[in-house]
Amino acid sequence: MAKYILKRILYLFLTLFIIATITFFMMKMLPGTPFSNENRMSAEQLKIVKAQYGLDQSVFVQYVRYIGGLLQGNLGTSFQFNNEPVTALIGQRIVPSMQIGAQAMVVGTIGGILLGAIAAIRKNTWVDTLATFISILGLSIPSFVLAVLLQFYLAYKWKIYPVALWDNFQSSVLPTLALSALPLGTVARFMRTEMVDVLSSDYIELAKSKGNSNWKVVTKHALRNSLIPVVTIIGPMAVSVMTGSMVVENIFSIPGIGEQFVKSITTNDYPTIMGLTIFYSFLLIIVYLIVDILYGLIDPRIRLGNGGKE
Amino acid sequence: MDKILEVKNLHVDFDTYNGVVHAIRGVDFHLNAGETLAIVGESGSGKSITVRSILQLLAKNGTISQGEVLYHGDDLLQRSDKEMDKLRGNKISMIFQDPMTSLDPTMTIGKQVAEPLLIHNNVSKKDALKRAEEVLRLVGIPNPKARMNDYPHQFSGGQRQRIVIAIAIVNYPEILIADEPTTALDVTVQAQIIDLLKELQQKIGTSIIFITHDLGVVAGIADRVAVMYAGRLVEYGSVNDVFYNPQHPYTWGLLDSMPTLDTSESDRLNSIPGTPPNLLNPPKGDAFAPRNAYAMAIDEEEQPPFFKVSKHHYAATWLLHPDAPKVTPPASILKRYEKFKTLGGNVENV
Amino acid sequence: MEQIPQIPKDKFKLIHDENNADQEKIGTPSLTYMQDVRRRLFNNKVAVVCLSLLSIIVVVAVLAPVIAPHNPNAQQVTMSNLPPKLGNLNIPGMNGYQNMGGKMVDAYKQAGAPDGTFYILGTDYLGRDLLSRIIYGTRLSLVVAVLATLVDLLIGVPYGIVSGWKGGKTDTFMQRIVEIVSSIPNLIVVILMMIVLKPGLTSIVIALAITGWVTMARLVRAQTFQLKEQEYILAARTLGEPSMKIATKHLIPNLSSTIIIQTMFTIPNAIFFEAFLSFIGIGIPAPNASLGTLLSDGQKAFRFLPYQMWAPAIILSIIMIATNLLGDGLRDAFDPQSSEN
Ligand SMILES: Nc1ncnc2c1ncn2[C@@H]1O[C@H](COP(=O)(O)OP(=O)(O)OP(=O)(O)O)[C@@H](O)[C@H]1O
Ligand SMILES: [Mg+2]
Repeated sequence: MAKYILKRILYLFLTLFIIATITFFMMKMLPGTPFSNENRMSAEQLKIVKAQYGLDQSVFVQYVRYIGGLLQGNLGTSFQFNNEPVTALIGQRIVPSMQIGAQAMVVGTIGGILLGAIAAIRKNTWVDTLATFISILGLSIPSFVLAVLLQFYLAYKWKIYPVALWDNFQSSVLPTLALSALPLGTVARFMRTEMVDVLSSDYIELAKSKGNSNWKVVTKHALRNSLIPVVTIIGPMAVSVMTGSMVVENIFSIPGIGEQFVKSITTNDYPTIMGLTIFYSFLLIIVYLIVDILYGLIDPRIRLGNGGKE
Repeated sequence: MDKILEVKNLHVDFDTYNGVVHAIRGVDFHLNAGETLAIVGESGSGKSITVRSILQLLAKNGTISQGEVLYHGDDLLQRSDKEMDKLRGNKISMIFQDPMTSLDPTMTIGKQVAEPLLIHNNVSKKDALKRAEEVLRLVGIPNPKARMNDYPHQFSGGQRQRIVIAIAIVNYPEILIADEPTTALDVTVQAQIIDLLKELQQKIGTSIIFITHDLGVVAGIADRVAVMYAGRLVEYGSVNDVFYNPQHPYTWGLLDSMPTLDTSESDRLNSIPGTPPNLLNPPKGDAFAPRNAYAMAIDEEEQPPFFKVSKHHYAATWLLHPDAPKVTPPASILKRYEKFKTLGGNVENV
Repeated sequence: MEQIPQIPKDKFKLIHDENNADQEKIGTPSLTYMQDVRRRLFNNKVAVVCLSLLSIIVVVAVLAPVIAPHNPNAQQVTMSNLPPKLGNLNIPGMNGYQNMGGKMVDAYKQAGAPDGTFYILGTDYLGRDLLSRIIYGTRLSLVVAVLATLVDLLIGVPYGIVSGWKGGKTDTFMQRIVEIVSSIPNLIVVILMMIVLKPGLTSIVIALAITGWVTMARLVRAQTFQLKEQEYILAARTLGEPSMKIATKHLIPNLSSTIIIQTMFTIPNAIFFEAFLSFIGIGIPAPNASLGTLLSDGQKAFRFLPYQMWAPAIILSIIMIATNLLGDGLRDAFDPQSSEN
């Protein structure tokens, strides 16, 4: 296991390196610079500014510098926002993003597990149909559509929650709801499939033949066995929450990383885009790694070697 | 002898996409205290469904549409699921076919074996685990103390089936239902498991219903045999009756397709041609008729009743009707009749 | 003691000989697999409804130039932001009246629209007909979906087949590539591509192509691995049938369920990505309409003119829900075990 984790961490760095390289060269391929729009600058001024950002050097030198900076934890400096380092931007903005991201993951996962389990237990009844319908809705309605609707009705019209404001827990409710729909739907469907499978398995029949009540069969045997594979979709879910956060933060004017990312895209702030891209990739790869390790730990077939399916 | 279990006129239907499958169409049998009853028949003949009905462990789409399951004279079919839970794994327990998939992959085997004890008896966890360890030793798991905390995937197929057996006997059940407990195992392990079951039966005095489609296994373990075809019994009697004085052409076919010690190299093993009927629309007459080389017009029109062959031996074939023509069974069956005479029986009706 | 039933004697004739001829007729005729799949699919009400809805949407999108009542990009500033109106029918919400300062006023009269002018779904801030824009927008979104699916089929499927079929070193190498591509979050690749390339349909498709095929390739590879060991394929191989023929004759038909089901995930995913990119402003450029740009425009005015967002949101959701449910239906149809017991 330790060897495996080590190998995975090595891969992590390799992947990050590849991402950083690709990002860097793609950005260099871009035709314009963020300054090209600003007609006010004279050629002279432009030169000074370029030198200031190191843009007058050869691409290779810039690349080596960039990677060198990365290794020291330096994600570059924003062209806008008063030349702040990207790491500082992240530092200022990570809390709201993490809060709604984590809340959405928790709400989505727990809700999805419950919904999926209930659907599986009550398979082919109206309860199942309803639960399936809810999870399909969660899967199908894009978070930004949901966010706009929630904002309009719950905040603007009925004034239950603040429209767009970031100060207390209240203001995180709507963005959390908008973001949790997709994980909820995904987990619910996955959980239902797993649990239906588990419930029809031989060991569940054996558990029932031991004299376990239906409730005990579910809580002692079926749930644990269906939950283990659910861990594997936490990674993809983190991706979808991250995707959603970009627009949802925008809609609710939350000063988070997603909002910053979209702003950087629309203002051609390449260093920030690059820095945030690498930061996002890093986050996701870490999540994937943790999920993998977690999966290994909770499934005895993998933890104790041999007999593991993969 | 005491009948501890009696199944009467059992009918089981399954709701499926294509319609209602009449999987069991009137099965009667009983189990005497301390004996082993074998149920044999081709795959799909309804052996598993029959015994699952006893514990009401059918799939959701299955219903017992008719019949009685009398346990000490008390109809189990009238009991609720909750009341059945008190019986399952306690007085009546089951061993399933596939040891590779019968154990919960995420629970230690110690806990799995102790579970029925904790459900049905007022014992502490510690005591239950201690009992579990003893039972694991009893079924032949080497070094059980050390292996209590292992997970199923750390055991071999044979060992897993022993663990499944341990789970079934941990409460010393009155009735043990073994649904093809050896089918998934290789031959040497099969023999060991059968010996184990026999040994346990002597130690704890359980009655066993043993299901198999392998007649070879039956002779070694059973006292009586019931032969099943397309959701009905076609013949039942003592092992000697069914093996050496078979009356139903289906039993002939089964025996004909089974190698025995007496089969010489030159004897050809015949499998029964054709396939079992579709139980969506069960035939009106004898379900075996279309595959029966000895079929008569009446076979296609009316189901044969059970005809008495000897005291405990019955067969449901019109060939036993006094008006039926005398037919000559296949050669291998005639040989068996010879043997039956040496065993002291007399061959009637043929 | 049992009674022996009285039976007419002639019933006891052996019918042995006629019997063999009958034997072939036993049992219901078994349908071929594909017929079976189709029957199961068409017996599934939800799937049929979804299939019909999608068919209607596809037909409308294909026939957009014929069906759309107006040019989707024609601006008519005087007619901007008119509410929905359906002929002279006086249906609340569809009668051209609008709440202005607490009073319902006829927005069409106010805008000076000639008598008989109406826009079923209203107009946007540039006076463009929303219905026409939605029809054309749906068309564009479906084009993205179709192209993404083609990429899946043209890259993902052959990649998976080759990797699974060859096995060994080739497979290991090809899987390494898959691993690396899939470990890079695809959203990030897509966004980067969209920044580097000019926003537009081609860029969206290229961006989706780079990451999209991976899942399909994985599934197809796994399935190919299993199929490779099947007896009929082994037989074809030992008989020396050329690989190409085995692939088209034996593999593809058996992979079809996996491929079709996966496609049902590719389609909503592609549609979502287009909408997402357009929503954050790097997707389809103005003035072209796509569901994403319509949502983005609609969102800006949602507070005052909610109909401008509701309509594209509903169409988008219907497409997403219908493909997802149809995907479920197809999976159940291909693999009845997954739904029955
Ligand atoms: N859940 C179900 N739905 C529909 N039909 C079923 C179901 N379970 C069993 N059957 C049908 O009932 C019949 C009897 O099945 P059963 O499992 O009892 O056979 P078996 O004699 O135990 O065979 P095997 O030797 O293969 O275990 C079969 O024809 C089967 O198709
Ligand atoms: Mg069985």
